[in-house]
Amino acid sequence: MPHQEIIFAGFGGQGILSMGKFLAHAGLEENLNVSWFPSYGPEMRGGTSNCSVIVSDEPIGAPLVTDATAVVVMNRPSLDKFERYVVKGGLLIIDSDLVNREPERTDIEVIKIPAQRIAEEVGSKKIANMVLLGALVEKTKIVSMESLLKALKEHGKEQFYELNKKALERGAEFAK
Amino acid sequence: MAIVFERPKALLDVPTHYCPGCTHGVIHRLVAEVIDELGILDKTVGVAPVGCSVLAYDYFACDMYEAAHGRAPAVATGIKRAVPDSIVFTYQGDGDLAAIGTAEIVHAAARGEKITTIFVNNAIYGMTGGQMAPTTLPGQVTETSPYGRDVNVAGHPIRVSEMIATLDGAVYVERVSVDSVPNIIKAKKAIKKAFELQMQGKGFTMIEVLSICPTNWGLSPNEAIKWLRDNMIPYYPLGVKKDITAGEVK
Amino acid sequence: MAKKVLMKGNEAIGEAAIHAGCQCFFGYPITPQTEVAAYMSRRMPQVGRVFLQAESEVAAINMVYGASGAGVRVMTSSSSPGISLKSEGISYIAGAELPCVIINIVRGGPGLGGIQPAQSDYFQATKGGGHGDYRMVVYAPSSVQELVDLVQEAFDVADQYRNPVMVMGDGMLGQMMEPVEFKERQTTRNLPEKTWAANGLRGRQNHNVINSLFLKPEELEAHNRKLQAKYAEIEKNEVKYELYNFDGEVDLAIVSYGTLARICKNAIKMLEKEGIKVGLIRPITLWPYPKKAFDEVMDKVKVGFISIEMSEGQMVEDVKLSVNGRKPVFFYGRSGGMVPTPAEIAKKIKEIVGGAK
Ligand SMILES: Cc1ncc(C[n+]2csc(CCOP(=O)(O)OP(=O)(O)O)c2C)c(N)n1
Ligand code: SF4
Ligand SMILES: [Mg+2]
Repeated sequence: MPHQEIIFAGFGGQGILSMGKFLAHAGLEENLNVSWFPSYGPEMRGGTSNCSVIVSDEPIGAPLVTDATAVVVMNRPSLDKFERYVVKGGLLIIDSDLVNREPERTDIEVIKIPAQRIAEEVGSKKIANMVLLGALVEKTKIVSMESLLKALKEHGKEQFYELNKKALERGAEFAK
Repeated sequence: MAIVFERPKALLDVPTHYCPGCTHGVIHRLVAEVIDELGILDKTVGVAPVGCSVLAYDYFACDMYEAAHGRAPAVATGIKRAVPDSIVFTYQGDGDLAAIGTAEIVHAAARGEKITTIFVNNAIYGMTGGQMAPTTLPGQVTETSPYGRDVNVAGHPIRVSEMIATLDGAVYVERVSVDSVPNIIKAKKAIKKAFELQMQGKGFTMIEVLSICPTNWGLSPNEAIKWLRDNMIPYYPLGVKKDITAGEVK
Repeated sequence: MAKKVLMKGNEAIGEAAIHAGCQCFFGYPITPQTEVAAYMSRRMPQVGRVFLQAESEVAAINMVYGASGAGVRVMTSSSSPGISLKSEGISYIAGAELPCVIINIVRGGPGLGGIQPAQSDYFQATKGGGHGDYRMVVYAPSSVQELVDLVQEAFDVADQYRNPVMVMGDGMLGQMMEPVEFKERQTTRNLPEKTWAANGLRGRQNHNVINSLFLKPEELEAHNRKLQAKYAEIEKNEVKYELYNFDGEVDLAIVSYGTLARICKNAIKMLEKEGIKVGLIRPITLWPYPKKAFDEVMDKVKVGFISIEMSEGQMVEDVKLSVNGRKPVFFYGRSGGMVPTPAEIAKKIKEIVGGAK
């Protein structure tokens, strides 16, 4: 898919930044232009964390995403903040185990995934981020699953590869 | 025992930005209780540093300044010299006070500035995400000492209280810790005494408080408390380092 | 071709410096450039070189003075408040004609300001934050790849002219990850030997002195004139800029640098769809300023020039000097860490072009 701008957001420690990194690595794997830009500084301490990822077949402008083709949120404050960033017709993916309100927008597509429960079934709540990433990639086709797995293999911790892979696949299945 | 669960008047009723378990909050509270007990809220002026406690100006109810990184003792000097009957304190971290601000603290102490410095030693640069501080222990791993602090390359930790105590302008210097209730009580006593001596116009006073940084130490608050006890206290012994009133009849 | 790797701007700076033969790095933590120091603390020992965390930026820049005077390639890195502290040292380094590379990953000011991306240190960088008649080459890369290339170039330029060189990015550039390639590069420059280095006589007859003190006015003036001649040479040889979208006439020409120039390119694409043609002058050297870029495009520009900055209006002064009254000059800026969006820029440009049409 030519040009997509994604925001991942949640609490620090949920693997928000690494979700974005894997996606960016996968984009590079496909020879696309990519950028990854994290929130930084003490705001991370307040617990929130987010990153912008752009994958494009054209040169990338600002790495900071304000008009997102997709937003993935893993907590309520992130939904509150980033719901309005989704472009009309764009995609919003919510970890429904952690976000206790319904999105307000009606002009976008919403996927609610019980990512914590699915991750737990796979082996650990810690990989809920991968469930969501799997769903994102399946739905947007932003990169191929093969590239994503390759990125995971090269840049992720080896001992978690199989687990992560399973989580990605479960997420993808859910979004089908 | 003076542990009341009411907010001291010298602290504003706002949530702080500190990490869960961080002892900066405890130390704020001790300072505020002392200000309350001494009844000096309306003439106290505080100087916040650059460090995690940079926003202390939002938390203390007295007048507050925000100083450039390390310069709080100079700013405090300006305030005290301009308004001699004010009670002036600085609140500084170890990076702020013992690295970039070494000149300012040494000379404020040497001049015997009638100010009180609360020196929060957590052996790390908290605010910027866990780099080596002057007080980082030998072997301690930080973002900028990834192989552990090698004293042959990065030098030795500074025992600031002992150093300041050698200066004639310093009248009262004590190192305390906030790792346990008895130590917290001692810490408060020390802070109170420092403010009292300032009020009596005796000279420079400093209380060094050993504090935890669970976030950048990569430990839970409980583990961090234990780490402080097992590692920091042996290197930074608690106690009075200088007291010109010692032996005086109270 | 080396493989492209995904790397954070701040870390890429460190790796680029290592590739360029940087022997010593002296730093002090400050957001949003701390990763430079963290990266160097890990990598420099691995390659048998020096990393040292100084007790302050003042100390760090003077460590640079010492190491550079001793003849080795040296770099320091900071962000705005830290650069203010380094300014004294930079003036001494310029005065003593020492080569070094200084990284500034700019955040919003003045004072403690904020930590989000800004371009409000343009004056400080290009007009001399320190005292005296000195100049410093200032590069303003707009991508992580360009950052890597310019850091390496900076070491050569510094050595060629015996002058401090600054590479200035903003928090976005320091924090973002982008694909980069570390090309095997060979300098085409003729770099003079550092016969002036004060690293011990080692059999040399005359002692070398690293110094910026000239008590006799005639001597100081002569020294200053010599510096000026060098600066003129730099202005002649080292100007770098990019012209974008100037094939044919344009309604308006944007002047913008760094990451913001990329955002401007997006705005230009948006405007193109609405039939408004806009060109972009992107200064890559902020000093020497690419005045000739303006001469080149002057006849193609219908309405005028607009300086777009993440500041309240600093580079716009150089834009005015370069345009020199030939066309109107407009300004649009956000500051304090606010990053303009392409749509916002497009709107501003429509107002200007619409008003003129
Ligand atoms: C001149 C300057 N240099 C560097 C910084 C970046 N900086 C902010 S806080 C800090 C260190 C704080 O550490 P410490 O004083 O130990 O306080 P803590 O956060 O641990 O409480 C640094 C280096 C700055 N703001 N200004
Ligand atoms: S980073 Fe460390 S010192 Fe700063 S608030 Fe968190 S725990 Fe406290
Ligand atoms: Mg500290």
